[in-house]
Amino acid sequence: MITLLTLLPLVGGLLVLLLGHERALARLIAMLFGVGALVIACFFWIGYEPAYPGMQFEVIHQWAPSLGMTYHVGVDGLGVLMLVLSALVVTMSLAASWGNEKHGRLYFALVLFLECGLFGTFTALNFVHWFIYWELSLIPAFFLVRLWGGPQRARAATQFFLYTMVGSVALLLAFLALFLGTGQFDFVQLAQLGQTNQLTAALAQNLHWTGNPQTLMLLIFWGAFLGFAVKTAVIPFHTWLPLAYSEASSETTMLLTGAMSKMGVYGFLRILLPIFPQQMQQELKPLLWMAVATIVLPAFAAWAQKDLKRTFAYSSINHLGYCVLGICVAARFTGADPGMAHEKAAALTGVLLQMFSHGLTASALFWFIALLERRSGGVRGIDDFGGLRRVVPVFSGLMGIAIFASLGLPGLNGFPGEFLIFKGAFPLVPWATAVSVLGLLMTAVFLLTVIQKVFSGPVNPRWAAMPDLTVRERLVLLPVIGVMFLIGLYPQIITGMVHVTVAQWVAGVRF
Amino acid sequence: MLAWTIYISALGALASRLSPSKALARVVALLTALIGLGIGIATLLHWTPGELLTIANHPWIPQLGLSYHLAADGISLTLVLLTGIAATAGILFSWNIEKRTQEFFAFYLVLIAGVYGVFLSFDLFLLFVFYEIAIIPKYFLIAIWGSAKRGATGADAGSQREYAAMKLALYSFAGSALVLAGMAAAWAASGGHSMSFEVLAHYPFSAHFQLWVFPMVFVGFAVLAGMWPFHTWAPTGHAAAPTAASMLLAGVVMKLGAYGCLRVAMMLFPRGLDPWGFHVLGFGSWRDVFAVLAVIGIVYGATVALVQRDFKFVIGYSSVSHMGFVLLGLMTLTQIGLDGAVLQMFSHGVIAGLLFAVVGRMVYDRTHTRELGELGPMRLAHAIPFAAVTFILAGMASIGLPGFSGFVAEFQVLMGTWRALPGLIAFAGIGIVVGIAFTWRALTKAFFGEGTPAAHEHALPPITIPEKLGSLLLLSATLIVGLYPSILTNLILPALNSPLFEGLSTGAWR
Repeated sequence: MITLLTLLPLVGGLLVLLLGHERALARLIAMLFGVGALVIACFFWIGYEPAYPGMQFEVIHQWAPSLGMTYHVGVDGLGVLMLVLSALVVTMSLAASWGNEKHGRLYFALVLFLECGLFGTFTALNFVHWFIYWELSLIPAFFLVRLWGGPQRARAATQFFLYTMVGSVALLLAFLALFLGTGQFDFVQLAQLGQTNQLTAALAQNLHWTGNPQTLMLLIFWGAFLGFAVKTAVIPFHTWLPLAYSEASSETTMLLTGAMSKMGVYGFLRILLPIFPQQMQQELKPLLWMAVATIVLPAFAAWAQKDLKRTFAYSSINHLGYCVLGICVAARFTGADPGMAHEKAAALTGVLLQMFSHGLTASALFWFIALLERRSGGVRGIDDFGGLRRVVPVFSGLMGIAIFASLGLPGLNGFPGEFLIFKGAFPLVPWATAVSVLGLLMTAVFLLTVIQKVFSGPVNPRWAAMPDLTVRERLVLLPVIGVMFLIGLYPQIITGMVHVTVAQWVAGVRF
Repeated sequence: MLAWTIYISALGALASRLSPSKALARVVALLTALIGLGIGIATLLHWTPGELLTIANHPWIPQLGLSYHLAADGISLTLVLLTGIAATAGILFSWNIEKRTQEFFAFYLVLIAGVYGVFLSFDLFLLFVFYEIAIIPKYFLIAIWGSAKRGATGADAGSQREYAAMKLALYSFAGSALVLAGMAAAWAASGGHSMSFEVLAHYPFSAHFQLWVFPMVFVGFAVLAGMWPFHTWAPTGHAAAPTAASMLLAGVVMKLGAYGCLRVAMMLFPRGLDPWGFHVLGFGSWRDVFAVLAVIGIVYGATVALVQRDFKFVIGYSSVSHMGFVLLGLMTLTQIGLDGAVLQMFSHGVIAGLLFAVVGRMVYDRTHTRELGELGPMRLAHAIPFAAVTFILAGMASIGLPGFSGFVAEFQVLMGTWRALPGLIAFAGIGIVVGIAFTWRALTKAFFGEGTPAAHEHALPPITIPEKLGSLLLLSATLIVGLYPSILTNLILPALNSPLFEGLSTGAWR
């Protein structure tokens, strides 16, 4: 089943390339496959049994045993959540590209190839198999940025590609060492070894390592960390992100921020936390500092930006910083204290909610920017607008909702995730949480600044004739806004799916 | 049957030389290469893992103990398959050669015959004879049909080609001289009764003897494998050679060197890798020395490729870098590292062939320039999209993305390095990253350049069918091995476990 879902966009992409000589046909095929994948992903969501621990829809086949390669796919609560999110974001992005004449056959095909990479990354459970998708999803992303971006797209794409590749090579070297030590590439098996404290000894023995085995493990941990930190854009490994997000066309940025940035957080949850719990605990201080920096600094940076896309690019870093914080605090050693375990569960549940919610909100925001850019002829400076509320009230209202969702207003999707993260993180690591509140504050400041400068104030006569959203645009945007309210008001729809998965992680880091 | 790969190629060379028309010469050459490839595949299908297939064993000069002894194990078969693939693709990519066509294919097939001979020889002297046979046609292929840098015409271009050809020949002969000396020493030391690998591999050469013969023979072969600092023939030779010859040079001839390192130096003189018992500058054995040289080659080749302005030189230096992985894999002396090294020989042969095909045939033959700066404004991604897509895929394979053969090969080499030489792993990682950087730089500069399209953008002739077939052949080879590596590892691993390599696996380093 999962294999079919992963292959579906690949087939779709090839069909688009083969048949889509006319743009209308290309986008239609792409949309059909995008929606089809979303529907199937939703079936996974419905068919997923939340009370059952462990992987579901699992498939295992032999591949190349001498190299530790197995075809192993399966999803837990995290996986199924990410499947739905990536299908949703891709469909949104395709809908946003619907009216962008620059995006032709090749563009739609690349988007579908990227979707295949996303599905594969979120379902593969053997490192080698997973790494194929992790790496290959970069290729369509590179070309999406390189071929359809703004004037500096060449630099942006190359930077994005090389940074991520450096991280990937470090990750690969780390996993090769793990394989040599254990003979395992399987995430589930490696997690068991990591959580039962057998990993360090096995590695020191099989690697002929003459130094301290703890040092070796830390080296390996930081190697794997680098791979995910670059992808998530944890400070100081974030420098590729603002340029890539602002230079890519907004529809591409929807994919980058909505789905691809989640690959990094996914790695934290699937690999770092379960396989390296002790190393995370040993290195908790620097990890927490990085998490706090990732929350606070980009919020200030976003405030200083003059370009809407750069503002929301920094905002994206900041929002994923909450996820990193939630994951790091969960690694703190708390013994068998049931109260603390409860807080960890809250933080991790918050992380999952935040991942989904940020994917939804951020891609919606860049969708609005795409719509705005199309109306303004590419102008997107914060100071270039003003009074749009009166010119395009529906657009302003809907985008306002998305901005408030991003800000974390109760009732909208951003709130429950951030609330749970802070609720869980504060008792675990008070100082880090307290400093992070500063980021929360600054987020409110810069988002309100955006609202004030773009939507309020005197009407800029240049845009007096700007057309509001068409009926069709309203109709496609409404369901997205609807989902924002749904998750904001009824977060159980997600928390109910993931609580067993979260409980397992918490049990795993208890030692 | 496998011996016929040699005979057919030699006969094919004669037939193309004598064929009355150019078209016939091409067809004859293609058929010859296809038969060679077919024989390789047929053997693969009937292969029992771990088998040592004796093909021919006739006394040759019995007084000296020399025999015409051909045999194949899994390693030989892997490289025979590579030769078949590279030879077929090379002929498809030289379909447009009009200058002295018959002679071109004759030299080309002689080279192929020599290469097959080296991979199938089971007698040291015979191997050396085939090795020398392969050098001669290389010289002529470059000197007569090679390409020169832009702007060089007439005598100037000719001298550039001859310089490259002569450099290649001299380096090869210098390497051969070392090998010959080592060979003679081994022959004398073993009593002069036989040069068969079966005898020599089990002959108890004294440890002291091996310690000085091993480096001699290893370096002699490693010259041809492009080991730093003896690599300088490679970029100039590759760049000056005609496309098909670059494909063979990088694809197969460099493998002759690496194969010699493994089959002769390491298999016959395994004690040469043992520790010296003292340290000089931190080096405690020949293994340390060559491992470090291999890593320098990886990083140096990639770094130099990063700053080249000439597209073909980029690929030429990339070969130095990728062959560094072969040598590094050999020096890990672990099963997985050696397996990775042999797999990398195959993988690099296919991928480098493809890269040279795009650069030399698809791009250069159409644009008549190799300068990255001049290619950029031509917007080749629009003018010849097939070449762009092929280069993207080849580039992905070359930087070791999973799913392609380069990944499974480098992956095993790195694993061996982690196990045996953990101090070098970070440098190998840096080499990979720089490799990604130069591949992507060349890719974007050559195909996705900025600027106004030149007038002749639409004048570029379309990609021909032989070119498409050749690309398809090489791409499917790298993908099949990348997705299903067992097809080759099942050949290589049992061969490495055979009694022939016993000396390696019982060394002091285990």
